[in-house]
Amino acid sequence: MIQTTQLSKKYGKTEVLHIDSLEIPTGQSFGLVGNNGAGKTTYFNILLDLVRPTTGAIVNHDIQVNKSEEWKTFTGSFIDESFLIGYLTPEEYFEFIGDLRGMNKADVAKYLEQFDDFFNGEITGKKKYLRDLSKGNQKKAGIVAAMMGNPKVVVLDEPFANLDPTTQIRLKIIIKELTRNKQVTILISSHDLTHVTEVCERIVVLDKGNVVKDIQTSTETLKELESYFSV
Amino acid sequence: MISHFLKLEWKQYFRSANWQKSVFLNILLVLFALYFTASFLIIGIGGFYILEEQFPDKDPLILVNSFLLFAIVGDLIFRYIMQKLPVMNIKPLLTLNIPRNKIVHFILVKSSFSFFNIMSLFFYIPFSVVLIKEGYEVTGVLGWLATMILLIQSANFLNFLINKNNIALGGLVTLLIGGFLVQQYEVFNLAGFVGEGFDFICQNPITAIAFLVLLIVLYVLNYKQLRNEVYLDALISEKTKEANASDLSFADKLGDLAPFIKNDLRLMWRNKRTKSSTWMILMGLLYGLFFYPQPMYREMQFMYVFVGIFSTGTFLINFGQFIPAWDSGYYKMFMSQNFKYHRYLESKFTIMTISVVALFVLGIPYIYFGWKVLLVHFAAMIYNVGVNTHVILYGGTFNRKKINLDEKAAFNLQGTGAVQWLIGLPLMLLPMGLFALIDWLVSFEIAVVGIAGLGFIGIAFHQKLMAFITKKYITNKYVMIHAFNQEN
Repeated sequence: MIQTTQLSKKYGKTEVLHIDSLEIPTGQSFGLVGNNGAGKTTYFNILLDLVRPTTGAIVNHDIQVNKSEEWKTFTGSFIDESFLIGYLTPEEYFEFIGDLRGMNKADVAKYLEQFDDFFNGEITGKKKYLRDLSKGNQKKAGIVAAMMGNPKVVVLDEPFANLDPTTQIRLKIIIKELTRNKQVTILISSHDLTHVTEVCERIVVLDKGNVVKDIQTSTETLKELESYFSV
Repeated sequence: MISHFLKLEWKQYFRSANWQKSVFLNILLVLFALYFTASFLIIGIGGFYILEEQFPDKDPLILVNSFLLFAIVGDLIFRYIMQKLPVMNIKPLLTLNIPRNKIVHFILVKSSFSFFNIMSLFFYIPFSVVLIKEGYEVTGVLGWLATMILLIQSANFLNFLINKNNIALGGLVTLLIGGFLVQQYEVFNLAGFVGEGFDFICQNPITAIAFLVLLIVLYVLNYKQLRNEVYLDALISEKTKEANASDLSFADKLGDLAPFIKNDLRLMWRNKRTKSSTWMILMGLLYGLFFYPQPMYREMQFMYVFVGIFSTGTFLINFGQFIPAWDSGYYKMFMSQNFKYHRYLESKFTIMTISVVALFVLGIPYIYFGWKVLLVHFAAMIYNVGVNTHVILYGGTFNRKKINLDEKAAFNLQGTGAVQWLIGLPLMLLPMGLFALIDWLVSFEIAVVGIAGLGFIGIAFHQKLMAFITKKYITNKYVMIHAFNQEN
């Protein structure tokens, strides 16, 4: 369960985020949509304690994220390529993250096996550094690393951007698989309404930092969102 | 955890884009490093004996102590300008399962081992060894050495605290200049006074502990400050500067070259790499002060040519050698736009010519060293405009290295290939040799006329030369586009 209370973030006088209350129950697949500057990334950054809130707090599984760092043990995330360690090869990167999450080499190899299709032979065994991969391939590596070590919460910022159509479809399958047992809470932000309605059971729309819609996904959701955004 | 960090550091170092550039450059850098190390070592070992010989009535250690204040303040100013905490590197670690305080300790401890802290040890350690060998009391010397090491480390951490604070820099500069002045006019021997403190440490080595306390306090302060700032909206934010749109409409007078010239001016103002090379231009302009005051060089008139070419052409060389690599980031876009290549090159030529003339004008005070100097500088200016601009533009067709504008210029050899070095030689050596030859065979005046004459010939054939160079650029277009697409 991730609880947000009285959260706000101001830069100078401009308020970029203001959420009075938001609860994301354990096991939910949660989608965040909104135009540029709506506050999606800011929300994720506060959730990951990369940015300090001006007021309020986010509590991730009973841990207030800006007070204790315990949440790091069960939260995996991928924000953007700048969070990758560019001078490592993908294998080394996975090993490094795996190590931090208590996985040994064999565990990591076994974990990566299930992503062979997803990687499409372009990530591992290429003798390339992460910085030399294309944006899409960097994203694939980052997403897979975010899900290592059985995290309870997975945060992905714009996971569908830059991916090719085949990989987008595969990613959707992976996300659905991950949330099937209702054990893992997954938070996704996206500009692509189709994708996000397909994988998320709940969608929250942000506009200028405020929650303007909170929808349980149904067959009408896509239409509703499209009409909302087509102003 | 520590082994993780060390492994990452190791990989980062050996896999950095810098390391993986050409072998040639690496050898050059290693030679530079060796040279600096060796010179520090020699000063460290020989320093004692040199001082003993120069000031036979004084104790070398006390002499060194009396200058330490200046060394320390100078070191702090140098660090203030050059040294920054490498905080961006830790961004990827923030979301991982690593406690924040470990990350903070990691960057702080890592900074202890930076180049700035190691370099001076090459002086202090051998100097101490010599002191012991010369019969100074061992514990005293060790206490002194420990104090030095602790002071270097303290300076390291003090710098991070005062960095970005211009008042602190002002204070340091005032201290340095003020200390020098009061010493010079014998008002008060500030440095000597501080030096006595160091003498006291030699006699009572246990007092070095005070500096250990100082170091610990500074470290803790740093830790506290940094711990609160490792957030994306604090220290690790990429500063976005407010765009300053200066009015460049004066360039419109240059007709159809104006768009390119404006673009180049903005390129120079707004990028790290180009901005930090502006002080190199100042250095180039003042380069003559290095030679002319010495009577030895006054006799060698061909050196005037060297200084003349260099001081009027420092911008020409700095800027010109990376044409068209300055535009490498968007070269593809340029090549798909509707303009004549000739205009693009002509604009670069115009900028370089203006700079050469401007630098000559700024260098007119060199007349202090005699009218001959200025005359040669004038000839060198003409030569720069007529010959060197064309040579350097031609050299640009061999440019195959991309340039990242966001990186600093000092010690940055990115974009440099063997061609840059090869082109650099004829730019200066050829006119020097020619001048020396005519001067020796005929006379000084004819030699000046010869150099200037070559320049005028170049200017006369400007259109022809540009047509030839443009053709060369067009033939090389695809190779360059391909090369600029590659990351180094």
